[in-house]
Amino acid sequence: MSMLVSAPEAEPAPALRLGRHRNYLNSGYTVASWLFSTDHKRVAILYLIAVTLFFFLGGAAAVIFRIHLLTPKGLLVQPETYNKLFTAHGLIMVFFFLIPSIPAVLGNFLVPLMIGAKDLAFPRLNLASWYIFMAGGTLMIGATVFGGVDTGWTFYTPYSSMFSNSNVMLAALGVFVAGFSSILTGLNFIVTIHKMRAPGLTWFRLPLFIWAMYATSIIMVLGTPVLAMTLTLIAIERILRIGIFDPALGGDPLLFQHLFWFYSHPAVYIMILPSMGVVTEIIPCFCRKRIFGYGFIAVSSLAIASLSFVVWGHHMFVSGQSIYGGMVFSFLSYLVAIPSAIKVFNWTATLHKGSVLLQTPMLYALGFIGLFTMGGCTGLMLAAMGVDIHVTGTYFIVAHFHYIMVGGAVMGYLGGIHFWWPKMTGRMYSERWSVLSAILIFLGFNLTFFPQFVLGYLGMPRRYYAYPPEFQVLNVMSTAGASILAVGYLLPFSYLLWSLKYGKPAGPNPWPATGLEWTTQSPPETENFEVTPVVSEEAYAYDLLKLKEGGSGSA
Amino acid sequence: MAQLEMPFENIEQQHETNTFGMWVFLVTEVMFFGALLSGYIVYRYEYPDAFAAGSGHLNLTLGTINTAVLLCSSLTVALGVRAIQLDQRKSLVFFLAITILLGLAFLGVKGTEYYLEYKEGFVPGASFTFTSPVQSNIDSRHVELFFLFYFIMTSVHAVHMIIGLSIFLVLLIRAWRRRYSAQDYSAIECAGLYWHFVDIIWIFLYPLLYLIGR
Repeated sequence: MSMLVSAPEAEPAPALRLGRHRNYLNSGYTVASWLFSTDHKRVAILYLIAVTLFFFLGGAAAVIFRIHLLTPKGLLVQPETYNKLFTAHGLIMVFFFLIPSIPAVLGNFLVPLMIGAKDLAFPRLNLASWYIFMAGGTLMIGATVFGGVDTGWTFYTPYSSMFSNSNVMLAALGVFVAGFSSILTGLNFIVTIHKMRAPGLTWFRLPLFIWAMYATSIIMVLGTPVLAMTLTLIAIERILRIGIFDPALGGDPLLFQHLFWFYSHPAVYIMILPSMGVVTEIIPCFCRKRIFGYGFIAVSSLAIASLSFVVWGHHMFVSGQSIYGGMVFSFLSYLVAIPSAIKVFNWTATLHKGSVLLQTPMLYALGFIGLFTMGGCTGLMLAAMGVDIHVTGTYFIVAHFHYIMVGGAVMGYLGGIHFWWPKMTGRMYSERWSVLSAILIFLGFNLTFFPQFVLGYLGMPRRYYAYPPEFQVLNVMSTAGASILAVGYLLPFSYLLWSLKYGKPAGPNPWPATGLEWTTQSPPETENFEVTPVVSEEAYAYDLLKLKEGGSGSA
Repeated sequence: MAQLEMPFENIEQQHETNTFGMWVFLVTEVMFFGALLSGYIVYRYEYPDAFAAGSGHLNLTLGTINTAVLLCSSLTVALGVRAIQLDQRKSLVFFLAITILLGLAFLGVKGTEYYLEYKEGFVPGASFTFTSPVQSNIDSRHVELFFLFYFIMTSVHAVHMIIGLSIFLVLLIRAWRRRYSAQDYSAIECAGLYWHFVDIIWIFLYPLLYLIGR
């Protein structure tokens, strides 16, 4: 390893040893001190526990139906149960894991730290958003346990509003309620980023993670209310039996799809933009270089957020919407590729001539770039109407969005968790185990989902509980990959918990990285900073950090 | 003097942050009503005659009176904010009380309208009755759709008003107890913003529901 990483291995100064200093973790040990704490760092930990629970619940559903699909006729469950399993998987993973994952956990923890603030602008609102989220999650789990939902996560009408005899109301209510936690989190971030920045921290000195969170928050604030109203309309249709969306009663099912995707397409960017922000933090740190094209990356986040609101029609190419509408949506969908590609090129350019260190967060970041590019390029194929008509509703779509949401969003989330774990807990995890799990996840992921591209291209429809025998080999490959993936996800759960007790104390800046969050102790004290920091340089000044290290003679 | 709360550095920052937070919240509200309005617009475009026929059965007089009442209440809120900026605590109490009375008057009139519509059988659902005029091709189900949107939009609006009135009631009590001053009035200003927003929503609902096809 190079000279630069020798600094973190040095024993931290005695005063900084874990547990010696007053910090947000040892400021109270009672259950009440956690459940009623408005400290953004404690709320972040509450969210971390909650989304981890939902991740494993959603994952368990996936494990069951992947095992079921080992044989063409299906191994385990009844067709109705199969429908309920993939619906539970989709609803839980989208609304209760992916959307809150990075914003509510890492964003909550890092936004005030990164901008030099004591807390978010509205700390009580922040805690309230967690309770709202848990209420929504409880309703969702209730809907799944007491009968399940069989509509798919998209709640398409008129099936969901008139015909489905499953727990649609309860599940929709759960999503509706959880939506408000998302709105409040987004609102809190926007206001905090505008009003709470430390002196000297101008917009273009902000870490790019903050830009990503800002763009994400805009989508949360603008999109989620539309979903809330749409779900309300479904509930009214179910209760009153009036045709808002049911064509048999004079309603328009396409209106539902428009309203639903007006939120749910931007929601994809709620999932991916924060991951892009995480990757943008990790890459300069593990290349020991300034980020390439700061301004472009910052503005491309906003460009993605704005464009995300005008592409929803590409989910509806085969729905019977106007062909001209389809052409416009197709064109606009291609436009989103531009800011996304700008980011990929800038990350790659940052790697160029950098001193690349392949530590765990970097492995996730590099995995993200590759898998996101795969997902993005197949997304372009789907944005082409001619191709989309053939592969829509097949496993090709399933593979595409899992490359974005799992290959992209989850890789970014895990990369972020590994990058900031020392900051959050004050402990280092085992590098050997974490490298192993990063590799297992990357391999398992590709083995699970690459065969699904082929399956979809060959014409296997999604959401079917059985399939023709010629698709078995690819399905078995996919299930094999899923089991590797499951092991890969269980590993971090174990060694991260292990590190809480047995991990080496991390010291304030273990990697070492630039950014205000690394100037505080690990774990940070409750007020974040002893004195409000004053910022006098750009973000990612790794060249200056190098000089400082050289100057202090620590290397 | 105003109290400095935890994450803020100074009073000015606290005031600006609270107001800005309220504006962002109002943006979410615009999107919330926006979804409903776009649904309404789609169906009005698809069934213009049925929507006009439904609109013709609303009580224009009561709707117009209510519009005037609500506009006046926005004025009194604005006067209340002005009063506390000038440190006139008693005027603030007075204007808040008038605002609450006007808001209650609006809800009373709205309730009367609902009652009249209920009597005529315009409430969507099993008991909905609408006899289309002879020799018109108006489908009563489409008129029902109009009334459905009418009831959803006005009742969501009314819920917002009830929330606003509850806030004003709390503010009134606190103002009475000398809680606010020319240095500390961001709660009044934020509640005022919210009330103006509720007013503006009605400015859109009134022509869309009452005035089409007249």
